[in-house]
Amino acid sequence: MKKKLLSTLLSVAMVSSLLVGCGGSTEEATTEEAAATEEAAAEETAAEETTEAAETEEAAATETAAADEGKVLNIYCWNEEFKSRITAHYPGYTEVDATTGTIGDVTVNWNITPNDDNAYQNNLDETLLKQADAAADDKIDIFLVEADYALKYVDTDYTMAVTDLGITDADLANQYQYTKDIVTDSNGVLKGVSWQGCPGAMFYSREAAKEIFGTDDPAEVQKYVADWATFTETAKTVADAGYKMTSSVNDTYRVYSNNVSSKWVVDGKINIDDNLMAWVENSKAMVDAGQTGTHELWSDDWSKGFYPEGKVFCYFGPAWLINFSMAADVEGSIGNQGGWAATEGPQGFYWGGTWICAANGTDNASLVKDIMLQMTTNETVMTEIVVEDDDFVNNKPAMEAMAADTSYSSTILGGQNPLAMYCAGAEKIDLSNLSSYDQGCNEEFQNAMKNYFEGNATLDEALDLFYKAVVEKYPELTY
Amino acid sequence: MKTAKKGKVVRYNKWGYIFLIPFVTVYLIFQFIPLVSTIYNSFFENYRSGLTQIGPNFIGLENYQTLLTNGDLWTYTQNTLIMWVMGFVPQIIVSLLLGAWFSNPSLRLKCQRFFKTVIYLPNLIMASAFAMLFFTLFSDGGPINSMLIQMGILDEPFKFMSNVWSTRTLVAFMNFIMWFGNTTILLMAGMMGIDTSLFEAAEVDGATSTQVFFKITLPLLRPILIYVMITSLIGGLQMFDVPQILTNATGDPMRSTMTLIMYLNKHLFSKNYGLGGALSVMLFIITGILSMIVYKFSDSKEK
Repeated sequence: MKKKLLSTLLSVAMVSSLLVGCGGSTEEATTEEAAATEEAAAEETAAEETTEAAETEEAAATETAAADEGKVLNIYCWNEEFKSRITAHYPGYTEVDATTGTIGDVTVNWNITPNDDNAYQNNLDETLLKQADAAADDKIDIFLVEADYALKYVDTDYTMAVTDLGITDADLANQYQYTKDIVTDSNGVLKGVSWQGCPGAMFYSREAAKEIFGTDDPAEVQKYVADWATFTETAKTVADAGYKMTSSVNDTYRVYSNNVSSKWVVDGKINIDDNLMAWVENSKAMVDAGQTGTHELWSDDWSKGFYPEGKVFCYFGPAWLINFSMAADVEGSIGNQGGWAATEGPQGFYWGGTWICAANGTDNASLVKDIMLQMTTNETVMTEIVVEDDDFVNNKPAMEAMAADTSYSSTILGGQNPLAMYCAGAEKIDLSNLSSYDQGCNEEFQNAMKNYFEGNATLDEALDLFYKAVVEKYPELTY
Repeated sequence: MKTAKKGKVVRYNKWGYIFLIPFVTVYLIFQFIPLVSTIYNSFFENYRSGLTQIGPNFIGLENYQTLLTNGDLWTYTQNTLIMWVMGFVPQIIVSLLLGAWFSNPSLRLKCQRFFKTVIYLPNLIMASAFAMLFFTLFSDGGPINSMLIQMGILDEPFKFMSNVWSTRTLVAFMNFIMWFGNTTILLMAGMMGIDTSLFEAAEVDGATSTQVFFKITLPLLRPILIYVMITSLIGGLQMFDVPQILTNATGDPMRSTMTLIMYLNKHLFSKNYGLGGALSVMLFIITGILSMIVYKFSDSKEK
């Protein structure tokens, strides 16, 4: 009997340890469950809070949510940015904890999956594919997309047209055209809105400009970089003075790739635009002459030029790059000393931006509509975002007013007010040649060409590698 | 009396089966079912383009044809094997040497336990963290380059990640550092299992320590050596995390560090279960053949 007991005990121990082992592999599932229970808990607290809040709060938000709509709003995004904008600027939003909030009696769930390794898109894909069968409260109501892969979602029925939500063209009249182009599907239907504009500029080091050209005046420096021919010519002068023209060849990539005259894929065939080949040619010459490097963007080597010792003449980027990503808060960096200046550079371009899309099947249509309108068209909110968050907003009158305002200037740019330049740039951006393959093609093109720049392959070998890598990502394409 | 005895036997058998259940369930769920479904999937065209699912359509052996005709499979097998051999050869030599020293009682090594722990430590670090560390150390403006320049060995930074052999060497070196401790422990266990009277007899007969090592230790260690070879070979063919992180998933320069599993991973971007399945089956066959060769090769010597 004792033996039997012992062996039962042993086998139970074994099986339970086995189950524990399984627990590890299904971690995601359990965290989801945990999130679900959290949700439930949050709803309870939310209910309590709303009874209190309902009396005091001017029911600005509650009115907009029709009574027969769902009580749970699910928002999918990859970082805290949109959440902090909503928290700070959306009337009637109350934060409950890190992943939940309330608008009136509606609970807002933030499903934040970081972008790394495509995790955000993988998660979004799986959830969207199950959207039709999901319970009303589990359906995605709002998800955010970036320009590089916007069409992948916009060009499907999973995304709702903004007109179906009741948003009219007149509502969006003040937005920049390019922000609409990115989220317009192949039938010309607009399916998303953005509160940001991200027109780019060329940032150059004032100190280097004084040393090389004898002036740091943006209008003068612009003459040296007016087009690509003069830009490459200037690179020689800059290199002679001991500076690198750009930190990496990838700095100029976006400027070229935003100005293409054909799409990446034409009739199922991979197509390389002439402007991209011009990038390859100019970059190869610059790398061979030691005027630039081949580092990945965001790598340590790339960031060296944020400091005077890095000896980099210029970077290309939008306002957020210089405001938040170029070590402006680090003692000794060029940005910290107000040592940058901005000019238009050879061609206009944009970089980044976040678009709000409504998922088809949402049970909170009127609330989604209100969020879209408040966050992207309400001029008071827009101006608040510019002033408080230093963002370039997607509203022409607001931005033009700021551009004309002489009291506004950027300390990082040594007192320059670059907004007029951004505004002009945003008007000029033309994005008629986007395709849903852009993200993969752009990434693989830069990866493959790196081999050519570094002398590990001939141009043809590098192009072959590019075709091979793209077909791996998109098996339906040919070349 | 007789029936009672019989009952006892049956009852013990029952416990035997019960103890087998955990293994069999784990095997069926995590090994057997995936194995069969991988083979099944490899005959289908089945991938996702954006949010559109394409397939599954039965296409017979077309996936295998694609893989075998474009020649990539051979290149990536070569890359994997080259990097494995580059890491395994120093690994086995160092492990044998360390194992022989540690297990030799006449050397009376001090702090044995400390050294055994230290050489095992690199294995405890996550491979990806280790690769990240090396990536930073050996980047163009990283500490290794600045040290070499300051010491006057180099005039300008050497681009470790842009040269085929330096990148491969780094991968092999990392695998060596991570696994030689493990191999040492295995070999040492094997060496301590050898009857000490054999060593004593050899010493009495006047054999030198080199002779003892080659004529006694190595031949008697063969079963453990074969085990180490085969497990390391299988591990080597599945090399993934170190080169993946070190080269940022590109396998650069020119995919010369792209391993078979990295190639498999490339197909998962489009959820290409068909081609991915076919590649896995090929990998299964390659692993089988190579293990067979190792086994036969070391077995035939004995006869």
